[in-house]
Amino acid sequence: GLTPYEKKKYVWKMLYIYMLGYDVDFGHMEAVSLISAPKYPEKQVGYIVTSSLLNENHDFLRLAINTVRNDIIGRNETFQCLALTLVGNIGGREFAESLAPDVQKLLISSSCRPLVRKKAALCLLRLYRKNPDVVNVDGWSDRMAQLLDERDMGVLTSSMSLFVALVSNNHEAYWSCLPKCVKVLERLARNQDVPQEYTYYGIPSPWLQVKTMRALQYFPTVEDPNTRRSLFEVLQRVLMGTDVVKNVNKNNASHAVLFEALALVMHLDAEKEMMSQCVALLGKFIAVREPNIRYLGLENMTRMLMVADVQDIIKRHQAQIITSLKDPDISIRRRALDLLYGMCDVSNAKDIVEELLQYLSTADFAMREELSLKAAILAEKFAPDLSWYVDVILQLIDKAGDFVSDDIWFRVVQFVTNNEDLQPYAAMKAREYLDKPAIHETMVKVSAYILGEYSHLLARRPGCSPKEIFSILHEKLPTVSTSTIPILLSTYAKILMHTQPPDQDLQSQIWTIFSKYESCIDAEIQQRAVEYHALSMKGAALMDILAEMPKFPERQSPLIKKAEDSEADTAEQSAIKLRAQQQSSNALVVTDQRPANGTPPVSQLGLVKVPIMSNEDQSTAEQVVAHTNGALTIVDPQPPITPSPDLLGDLLGPLAIEGHTGIAPQSDPNMGSGFEGGTNPDALAIASVEEQTNTVQPIGNIAERFQALCLKDSGVLYEDPYIQIGIKAEWRVHHGQLVLFLGNKNIAPLNSVQALILPPSHLKMELSLVPETIPPRAQVQCPLEVINLQPSRDVAVLDFSYKFGTHMVNVKLRLPAVLNKFFQPITVTAEEFFPQWRSLSGPPLKLQEVVRGLRPMLLAEMVALFNSLRLMVCPGLDPNANNLVASTTFYSESTRAMLCLIRIETDPADRTQLRMTVASGDPTLTYELKEFIKEQLVYIPVPSRSAAPMPPQVRPTSPPNAVLDPGALLAGLL
Amino acid sequence: MVNKQGQTRLAQYYEYLNLEERRALEEQCSFVEHRNYKVVYRRYASLFFLVGVDNEENELAILEFIHLLVETMDRHFGNVCELDIMFHLEKAHFMLEEMVMNGCLVETSKSSILSPIQLMEKAS
Repeated sequence: GLTPYEKKKYVWKMLYIYMLGYDVDFGHMEAVSLISAPKYPEKQVGYIVTSSLLNENHDFLRLAINTVRNDIIGRNETFQCLALTLVGNIGGREFAESLAPDVQKLLISSSCRPLVRKKAALCLLRLYRKNPDVVNVDGWSDRMAQLLDERDMGVLTSSMSLFVALVSNNHEAYWSCLPKCVKVLERLARNQDVPQEYTYYGIPSPWLQVKTMRALQYFPTVEDPNTRRSLFEVLQRVLMGTDVVKNVNKNNASHAVLFEALALVMHLDAEKEMMSQCVALLGKFIAVREPNIRYLGLENMTRMLMVADVQDIIKRHQAQIITSLKDPDISIRRRALDLLYGMCDVSNAKDIVEELLQYLSTADFAMREELSLKAAILAEKFAPDLSWYVDVILQLIDKAGDFVSDDIWFRVVQFVTNNEDLQPYAAMKAREYLDKPAIHETMVKVSAYILGEYSHLLARRPGCSPKEIFSILHEKLPTVSTSTIPILLSTYAKILMHTQPPDQDLQSQIWTIFSKYESCIDAEIQQRAVEYHALSMKGAALMDILAEMPKFPERQSPLIKKAEDSEADTAEQSAIKLRAQQQSSNALVVTDQRPANGTPPVSQLGLVKVPIMSNEDQSTAEQVVAHTNGALTIVDPQPPITPSPDLLGDLLGPLAIEGHTGIAPQSDPNMGSGFEGGTNPDALAIASVEEQTNTVQPIGNIAERFQALCLKDSGVLYEDPYIQIGIKAEWRVHHGQLVLFLGNKNIAPLNSVQALILPPSHLKMELSLVPETIPPRAQVQCPLEVINLQPSRDVAVLDFSYKFGTHMVNVKLRLPAVLNKFFQPITVTAEEFFPQWRSLSGPPLKLQEVVRGLRPMLLAEMVALFNSLRLMVCPGLDPNANNLVASTTFYSESTRAMLCLIRIETDPADRTQLRMTVASGDPTLTYELKEFIKEQLVYIPVPSRSAAPMPPQVRPTSPPNAVLDPGALLAGLL
Repeated sequence: MVNKQGQTRLAQYYEYLNLEERRALEEQCSFVEHRNYKVVYRRYASLFFLVGVDNEENELAILEFIHLLVETMDRHFGNVCELDIMFHLEKAHFMLEEMVMNGCLVETSKSSILSPIQLMEKAS
């Protein structure tokens, strides 16, 4: 055997190798077994190495649980410390269940030395995060208050971290601790009453000060006037008394405290005077040389925009912020961009957007996509006039075409199509860009489209005859990819149609091109060439068939949705969302929302693929629209290779993740019928993705399977002739444990099996190793861990592929880790419900919306649906029998447990509409939950994937407000 | 901790991250926002100290925590350098373990942090 020294040595070497980034899958047992060694040095090594190498789910950890427990309850202090640290770092649920009482005892024991107690505090924090039940709220608030009286600074620091976690989850239970926190602050910041070794460059433990102020930010307000006065006295002292000093460490430490104090002041909604003091300070910070301070100044200014009415004061600093946009440090540039984006409104949009455009040419590549997206959104939201908007987008495409997504140019086309005044202007601009020597392919697309539609409006200008337009466009054809050629062909056909009287020469040129592409290998191009050729021979009939595009139905900007989804830090993300909600009224409004010529609204852009020859009777034009637009997204022969999973998620965005794009949060009267007129986007979307790559057909409807799994916890996710993927899930608070069952149905092995999880930003997901080969007739189980970080309706996608014989099969499946899985149904009584309902008084915590265009269902069905979504219907709370009230608790890491209350008021005379009110303590949660319920109510199951579009349903047209007078109904409830 | 060449010298995680995520975090040596994390870093001669934090953390406090760690190491080793950490990895670990647990600060007094190590050294 090895000597104890050798054992220690080898275990350390293993850790070293692991630290350098190599996967160490051996020797774990040796490390774990050292924990049971009788002597301190070996034991210590065992504990430290184990907690670095293993994670909480590792099987070996179970072996140690008894030793760890014995060390914790034993009498040896040093052993206790080691064991508490291990559990605090990697303890899992099992530890929480078996050790919590012992750890609590140590923390509050008066005989225990601070050295052990400070570790017990953080150990308990871990156990609490694993299982919130281990801290019993009733008993703990008093104990917590006692702990905050602690004199030992180590114990106090650790306890404060524990307190932050407890109070962030449930501040109600800990009101009694609030004055204690203020006392701690007074003790540190005012009285400087701490031992010398806990001051850092003369500042009494800056870390504890920061933590304490953080804890205070979890209380909605400070009510007691005395406590409030003491607190503001301390804060005022910090705000005014922090000077810039030479010593960098002292400076950092004092500013750490200062920034936390700023955050607390903002949170407490102080008097106007103090707020403007804060903005003045921040204004000073964003102009200093020290980059860290500048960065934090910008960041906090962005936060300030959200909480206080200080936009006008912040605007005074616009010039300085624009300077920061050119800072050498990318982190500062990002902050400046966010701040500019946040502070933009109608008054300064022109300046800011032009600044962004100018910066675009020199910005580094990492930022260009975000920059162009933000510029596009601001241009759309705050455009003083539409021609400016068109200018901005064309400049964007010109300067950063690679970073301008299709969504952006689709949007321009929508605006131009819907606004007749804009059409000649846009056509002229597009024509001007074509004169440039080298233009981006996206510019070719957008200008070809616009000129095809509207170039005849320019006909008398120099250089704008049909022939000239045709030849300048045709010059670009050799340089473009196959996805652009179909657009050019459509443009040629349109030009031909608009040339009156016909120009024989032009006609023969275009016909030559059509006949050349009639044998093109790309099916889309070939089909267009054949069809346009045949159509254009029909002469006058061409006029009807290729008539101008009808107007688009108004819809929510896909850009804003995209910005919400795009990778961004969480705080910023919610800032965008909040602003989007507040300011949606500023978005451009299309002049005429009714489609022209009585043509029914066209269904979802890019999803419906209608063969052009199948047109029977009415609106050919409509089908051309669907065709033109549909073709762009579907028949892209080489989907771009995307390195980052998030980008891939975006690509899937409109197809798989975002199932119900048709329902925009705005209450546009056309919206309901527009959606019903289309098919269920889910079923079609997935079918079209598969058509590209797979020859293997799935068994059963994928969308239906997914829907079913959203309501239950086990079942089949996907099946085809070769494989069956089952799923089984267990949900507990904000954690989920899923197991994927991959079953090979054949007598030959499945090879090259790959499973990749593309999680949305709010879920943390970890899939265990998936074997590359599944043996014949075997089933493999792959556990998948899910942690819910914050409320969101986005859905994770499993990118699954395998090879069977020569078939390469790839499917992208949505995973049923959806919002409702993190609900815990809860019944509330009238005594609990009404105070809560009243205290959440209005937006953004309480949101109300009238939803129309529902699939009609009886109240009993709705009750069943709600219960199956884990939204507990509480009968009898609402006196009106046509209403229902439901409640649930939502769990996520950011919100912790959060009570949600829902009230639905239905109209017995019209089952296709209702009014819904949703309330919770978190604005994002409220919004997401409202949208989620809406999706569930509007979702129309489609029996099979071949389902045809359904005709729009005829609904009674009586104004809903007459039936559901909000005031009267609310009065009835309260 | 990563040196100028990007070689890792000490790694301790309080939230389990798989190897790929760890590599991505450790090899970005600038003050960056990385997905939902932030990396707060500080350079001492040839050594970079990196701390990954979420958005709920006070960045400057973390920056000074790094300095506190360095001062603590300096008190123990005397003129601490990269080699001290490389060759006494276990001691560096012991110190860190006294200072941070479960991602939270436990102790900021240098003498309290160092007392277990001094006890051990006396014993051996």
